[in-house]
Amino acid sequence: MLSRDDNDTIAAISTPIGEGGIGIVRMSGEKSLDILAKIFIPSNQALKDKIKNPEVFKEEIEKKSRMLMHGRIRDEKGKIVDEALVSYMKPPTTYTGESTVEINCHGGIVPLRKILKTILTLGARPADRGEFTKRAFLNGKLDLAQAEAVMDLISAKTDDSYDAAVSQLQGHLSEYIRDIRSNFVDLLVQITVNIDYPDEDIEELMYSEILSKLRQILASLTELSDTAERGRILREGLRIAIVGKPNVGKSSLMNALLYEDRAIVTDIPGTTRDTIEETLDIRGIPVVITDTAGIRETDDVVEKIGVEKSKTSINSSDLVFLILDGGREIDDEDMEIYEHIKEKNHLILINKADLPEKKTSPEDVSKRFGEESYFVAAKSKEGIEAIETLIQDFVNSKSSDLSFRESLTVTNVRHKVLIEDAISSVRDAVIATEMSQPLELIEIDVNHAYELLGEVIGETSTGDIIDKVFERFCLGK
Amino acid sequence: MENIKAENFNKNSNEYEMGIFDVIVIGAGHAGCEAALASARMGLKTCLFSMNLEAIAMMPCNPSIGGTGKGHLVREIDALGGEMGINIDKSFIQSRMLNTSKGPAVHSLRAQADKELYHREMKKTLEKEKNLFLKQAEIVKLISEDGKIRGVVTQTNAVYYSEATVLCTGTFLRGKIFIGNSSYFSGPNGLAPSMKLAENLKELGISLRRFKTGTPARCLASSLNYNDMQEQKGDEEIVPFSFMNDSLEKEQISCWLTYTNEKTHEIIRDNFHRSALFGGEIEGIGARYCPSIEDKVNRFPDRERHQTFIEPEGLDTEEMYIQGMSSSLPEDVQYDFYRTIPGLQDLIITRPAYAIEYDCIDPLELSPSLEHLKLGNLFCAGQFNGSSGYEEAAAQGLIAGINAALHVKKENPLVLKRNDAYIGVLIDDLVTKGTNEPYRIMTSRAEYRLVLRQDNADSRLTELGYRVGLVSEERYQKFKRKEINVEKEIKRLENTRVKPDIANKIMAETGNSLVSQAITLAEMMKRPLITYGILGEIDEDRPDLTGHEKKQVEVSIKYRGYIEKQLAQIERFKKMEDKKLNPDLDYSEIEGLRIEASQKLNAIKPISIGQASRISGVSPADINVLVIWLSKHRRMKNEK
Repeated sequence: MLSRDDNDTIAAISTPIGEGGIGIVRMSGEKSLDILAKIFIPSNQALKDKIKNPEVFKEEIEKKSRMLMHGRIRDEKGKIVDEALVSYMKPPTTYTGESTVEINCHGGIVPLRKILKTILTLGARPADRGEFTKRAFLNGKLDLAQAEAVMDLISAKTDDSYDAAVSQLQGHLSEYIRDIRSNFVDLLVQITVNIDYPDEDIEELMYSEILSKLRQILASLTELSDTAERGRILREGLRIAIVGKPNVGKSSLMNALLYEDRAIVTDIPGTTRDTIEETLDIRGIPVVITDTAGIRETDDVVEKIGVEKSKTSINSSDLVFLILDGGREIDDEDMEIYEHIKEKNHLILINKADLPEKKTSPEDVSKRFGEESYFVAAKSKEGIEAIETLIQDFVNSKSSDLSFRESLTVTNVRHKVLIEDAISSVRDAVIATEMSQPLELIEIDVNHAYELLGEVIGETSTGDIIDKVFERFCLGK
Repeated sequence: MENIKAENFNKNSNEYEMGIFDVIVIGAGHAGCEAALASARMGLKTCLFSMNLEAIAMMPCNPSIGGTGKGHLVREIDALGGEMGINIDKSFIQSRMLNTSKGPAVHSLRAQADKELYHREMKKTLEKEKNLFLKQAEIVKLISEDGKIRGVVTQTNAVYYSEATVLCTGTFLRGKIFIGNSSYFSGPNGLAPSMKLAENLKELGISLRRFKTGTPARCLASSLNYNDMQEQKGDEEIVPFSFMNDSLEKEQISCWLTYTNEKTHEIIRDNFHRSALFGGEIEGIGARYCPSIEDKVNRFPDRERHQTFIEPEGLDTEEMYIQGMSSSLPEDVQYDFYRTIPGLQDLIITRPAYAIEYDCIDPLELSPSLEHLKLGNLFCAGQFNGSSGYEEAAAQGLIAGINAALHVKKENPLVLKRNDAYIGVLIDDLVTKGTNEPYRIMTSRAEYRLVLRQDNADSRLTELGYRVGLVSEERYQKFKRKEINVEKEIKRLENTRVKPDIANKIMAETGNSLVSQAITLAEMMKRPLITYGILGEIDEDRPDLTGHEKKQVEVSIKYRGYIEKQLAQIERFKKMEDKKLNPDLDYSEIEGLRIEASQKLNAIKPISIGQASRISGVSPADINVLVIWLSKHRRMKNEK
């Protein structure tokens, strides 16, 4: 049974998605301050110095209750996600009456979700609909008249969200989860019958069999989790970062991709101040292109190409275009940029293919980088179609037998968290099985994963395993 | 005690007053015996009625007690001060610990009983109990006044008053036996059925339904060919059921394993049309886990064989029980198919197999204390509540008896939670989820299996049993000593370090990786295959512990990580159970609840938010509405 506890720390993105460039991640509950202290790097040097001592750091943040603090947010591995304005509010004078944190960041939906995901990894759980308000009421923050409205809100909204969850999950995805669940049922039924009917004429369940079943389930779940990633691309757009030395034609390439002004969805300021983001539609795939072009022009410090500043956009991209100048030979600068992006999915494009005299060719690229590359001519739009095909192939390569479009809905953060938790439970079960732990201990993790998946598709599991036991096995006293 | 006068009821009848008791128990099967003993031991004047005193603690079906889940129940009954564990320890003829290839949470004790001895020992215990009065009489009527049960009337018009009554009618209530195409009203084992009480219960507004069960034939031991069957012996080391017994020695009797074959199945198939089960005459619902042999053959046509254990019914009888082979085929067919089974070729049947149908209630009409929601002072237990099995019956009987006694004493009822005991799981399932077939406990029904072990049943429950006044001083002191010994021993193992060369001897023997530094005995025990017993080789200064104590020391250390994980889950679970709901709450007045939910809640009257959340048809949204309503209600009270 997955119980929802009113004492958990909860978190959610509390601004409507797609409205405006600023978003807020809100967190409420006992662990709020702990979690904030783990992810927040303040700009204020005096405060920043306290990070090393978490207890002192927390005390300092507490002293700044209700004040806006500027700084950066890092994920659980220490990687910077975004810069943000953060405020901590001490209980009980908060909306929910609990310890509350608000993180304002001006990135798009991607950093918002990353921040939320980090918070969830560190011990909060996704808030149910209306849950902040529910807590506000439970902690005596709303009066009786307001309470009536809250009850309406919760009863209505929860049903709504249930419907929404169901409609969201139609098609291949829910079918896929049901398939995985039926594999779980097979395994759980066998475990159950082995535990509860030791004296019956039933084949003993071998650990090797459990292992192979768990591995099969794990593979399916991992694929599902990959699908979630593909789904994210479709919903939020494939993020492409264009990098290259100054004047290699980054902006013109971007413009070339945007030619005919087709299907430009929005034009919002980007993740970091100096990049420009454009959203466009390439053969049905939403694509968000970030041009790091602005960096050098606005910031002529000594640093060669401002790699530092464009790091964030490179890190958060799904695909990087490294642009080389066809009219110049490959130089150290190109090599240095390449070093930064070679771990990412990338394409090397040689611009200015329309120049009569080309000094860099795919052969040269192959020699220096050992990779394929493609000619484009941003100005004459030569090779643009080929790039579009490459983008399409790239996206399609991430989708295997699952229908790409159908998988789109796993972008729901709550579902993603549930699926990832299920994967980790199955991994625990694999370890327990490999260590030959008793059957009933293995069952705990297997059953937990099964319940988590049930929550994704809104199916509860009470009694279904026992029903199947009697359906499949002939038992009796 | 309340003074009730005879003129308060029907003066026109021939009824006459025969006695006044605190608690009356109807039926002396496994539920009734526990209920009556519990109430009497808690100091209340108790009367136990049975239609036939020879049927006290009768085992009309299998001659065994315990098994998976069921063994846990027996341990829990014992830990609370019940009798079943002690009684089977006195009367078993074979003992086996099942599931030992698995972990400690699902080790399950099962014993073959000498049925006659089991009955006699229980009867003796009842007779000797102070405050307990045993009477042979058929109860035909409950006396109801203002929706409360005030007493009972016997077949012979004798009236007995009580402040609480416990109903444990088993399969006697309008019992009907089916063999082939013949059927007749009867209790189990050829005993008389209870017909009039069923009519009276209907008049009182209790809705009754029909469940069905069955039992296989009994045969003569001397007619069996043992060479054609596999012998199944008892365990060499006997583990007692009762925490009161540290160890037991006894010569054990074997059971015998054999299998059906295609010929058996063919005969059964050819005679489907003669089985009462397929004739459409039986209206009662049978349990899926207790199918008759014709059910098995019908539902699993691909199975080449079905196993059966031939089990002795006792020491002083030649009769044997043919396990797994219940049937309602006519006797000639029974002979034919039983005799196709190796070992049974020359079988002589003493009692034919039969199916039996009986009246029972929908347990959703009960509160978690097992009191009837509509009729006050009435508690119900056993098969009457829709369960199946001696152990399930005894467990409910014990709780119904305790709560009848507490009711008379005007104290709060004892309600075990799902994290306290299998008894809690059993009763919560029955009264919250209901059941569509005779309910049997299974370890997989428990969410917190690792914590609900049989080795720690006393740690979980004896304190509770002592507090309600059921656990004797002797048992309590013994329990306290055990707790101290176990705790001390765990500490000692955690603090005793052994050098690598000594530790590695055992590490190597058990195939564990060797250590290079000193290691505590507790750390060693966490490794696979290293038991408390094996550690004895290098642990010379250990104290002299009982088997129960050793077991608990071992399990506590070995599975600590998992157990702690589960304890954390229990903490979350308990928060919901601790949010109490008033049983008089009218849910139709709560705005925001869906109609289906408020109807279900009104019917079941949950005692906590936790219980409410387990009712089918009550959604998480409804629970949210309830939680908010509760909080609002509380605040409104405070503001006044």
